[in-house]
Amino acid sequence: MRGLFTVFHKELRENLRDRKAVFNSVLLGPILFPIIFIGLMWFSTSKEMERAEQTLEVPVVGAEHAPNLVRFLEQQGMVVQEAPDNPEELVRSQTAPIVLRIPEAFGEEWTSGRPAVVELIADPSRRESRTPMLRLQSLLNAYAAQIGTMRLQLRGISPNAATPLLVKDVDLSTPQSRGLLLMIFLPYMLMITAFTGGMHVAIDSTAGEKERKSLEPLLINPVPRWQIMSGKMLATIVFGFASLALTLVSFRLALPYMPTGSLGIDLTLRAATVGGILLVVGPVAVLAAAMLTMLATFAKSFREAQSYMSLVILIPMIPSIMFMANPVKPEAWMMPIPMFSQNLLIGEFIRGETVPLEWIGMSIAGTLAIGLVLAAFAATLFNRPRVVFSGS
Amino acid sequence: MIVVKNLHKSFGKVNAVRGISFEARDGEITGLLGPNGAGKTTTLRMLYSLLPPDEGEIRIDGLDPTHDAMTIKRTLGVVPDGRGLYTRLTARENIRYYGELHGMSKKDIRARTDELAATLDMADFIDRRTEGFSQGQRVKVAIARAMVHQPQTVLLDEPSNGLDVMSTRALRRYILSLKAGGHSVVLSTHIMQEVAALCDRIVIIAQGEIAADGTAQQLLERSRCGTLEDAFVALIGSDEGLLA
Repeated sequence: MRGLFTVFHKELRENLRDRKAVFNSVLLGPILFPIIFIGLMWFSTSKEMERAEQTLEVPVVGAEHAPNLVRFLEQQGMVVQEAPDNPEELVRSQTAPIVLRIPEAFGEEWTSGRPAVVELIADPSRRESRTPMLRLQSLLNAYAAQIGTMRLQLRGISPNAATPLLVKDVDLSTPQSRGLLLMIFLPYMLMITAFTGGMHVAIDSTAGEKERKSLEPLLINPVPRWQIMSGKMLATIVFGFASLALTLVSFRLALPYMPTGSLGIDLTLRAATVGGILLVVGPVAVLAAAMLTMLATFAKSFREAQSYMSLVILIPMIPSIMFMANPVKPEAWMMPIPMFSQNLLIGEFIRGETVPLEWIGMSIAGTLAIGLVLAAFAATLFNRPRVVFSGS
Repeated sequence: MIVVKNLHKSFGKVNAVRGISFEARDGEITGLLGPNGAGKTTTLRMLYSLLPPDEGEIRIDGLDPTHDAMTIKRTLGVVPDGRGLYTRLTARENIRYYGELHGMSKKDIRARTDELAATLDMADFIDRRTEGFSQGQRVKVAIARAMVHQPQTVLLDEPSNGLDVMSTRALRRYILSLKAGGHSVVLSTHIMQEVAALCDRIVIIAQGEIAADGTAQQLLERSRCGTLEDAFVALIGSDEGLLA
């Protein structure tokens, strides 16, 4: 086993001296992911707030047909703008997010007591029209409710008669569990990090060694080839795991700066949560190292290996995206599935739920088992002359 | 002492080595001479047990590389054509890595490295990273790395490739000192002068077969030529791949 650790130490030392490796493995994930994540969240929440607090400015076509309604809207703070000739075009070209049109027949319908039609012209598939649309809708509903109540009272009927049902929301979510809605990307980012963290080392220590022609003399040393390969994989695991741990720490440090205070969301990652996540995602670093090393060993050159790697990155994405698209209730049988169980468990940790210990055990064991099987296969690859001499 | 009998190796339809036999005795330098692609490197790879032969027999100090690979590797020092140094490690760290892989103690490695650095005149660059080393410096590090565990048998693949005159002279002096120390040295080359200057026995390989085998004197007599170069061309029947 001494050969294994000799190889491991040398790979660590050599790769720590490589600025590219350190940057790719250890810094990119921990710096880039929190910045992207927090930056995006900050941008979207602040935009959302801005839209909600902005004065609502709406072009109104045919304002003269409903002076009372228009007055009501203005009293509520809406600014009524000049009516354009072609409101649909205005919305389509995104000059105005929404336009209100009051048809000529409004007055006649109103006085005869039939529902008077007003048209809200908008394109809900454009995200920026959603907020003004909802705001105007609620203003119009308020006006309708107010007039409806008055009409009933005039006829001597209690307005309650028109409200047979009152729906009351009983919210069981906690500030922590609401945090999960924002953190849905975290498991995905962590899983990617476990892969990207070890990637450079995996390539450098196999395809890179082949390219520099140092693999052949290395294999002439009296060390079993599986030990040489395992030493290299161990270094890859360490880099992947370090990258993972740093990413978690940097999320923990950065999350308090998220603009969530007003939303009633608790995004603190407690030390225990961080520990739990590391414990559960750690085995993914082993699985990742085995996969990366295996693929990189088949490649003739650094460049060829890199092109395989972009495919490997897809692997951790599949379960995460499946889970994002179709959230499922965690159950025991799902726990041995690598990368899927991590998604579920991280979710539960962040929600602050107590997770059965055997679930954690099954997840770790399942992922490690598959990782070790792949690693055992990878360890035999240097026994194939075709793998060793390809490209030379 | 290396004994090779009737070695065969093919890759798919390519017969790289077709029945090579020779001996390399202790205290002698044996040269494998042949044009590029003659099968020299494939033969060496079978000697240092990276490739199993399809047929034939190899004995290095009585051991068979296919069965006693680990034991044989302890007695082998190999300088491959590509050198293959780690550029982010210093020369000393490159040597130490191989010492550690041979299971040597830290103290032994240090002593042996200092000794080799003195013999090979490496003091100026022993603690520098090998990135940007000259060909001469690189071959010295590769030799020191291969010799750190004091192997009895030394295999050198095209050792003077890309070296300038001074480095070549230093290399030859060192190889001759190995011979004086009783080592069995095998070097492969396509350069005539190298063989003439160093080798006690010359094995001429062409197209995977032995074209001739013997001392320089014997080869000259057999081919009835005045110079080794003419003898070489006469024996392999072409001068293809000989222009160094």
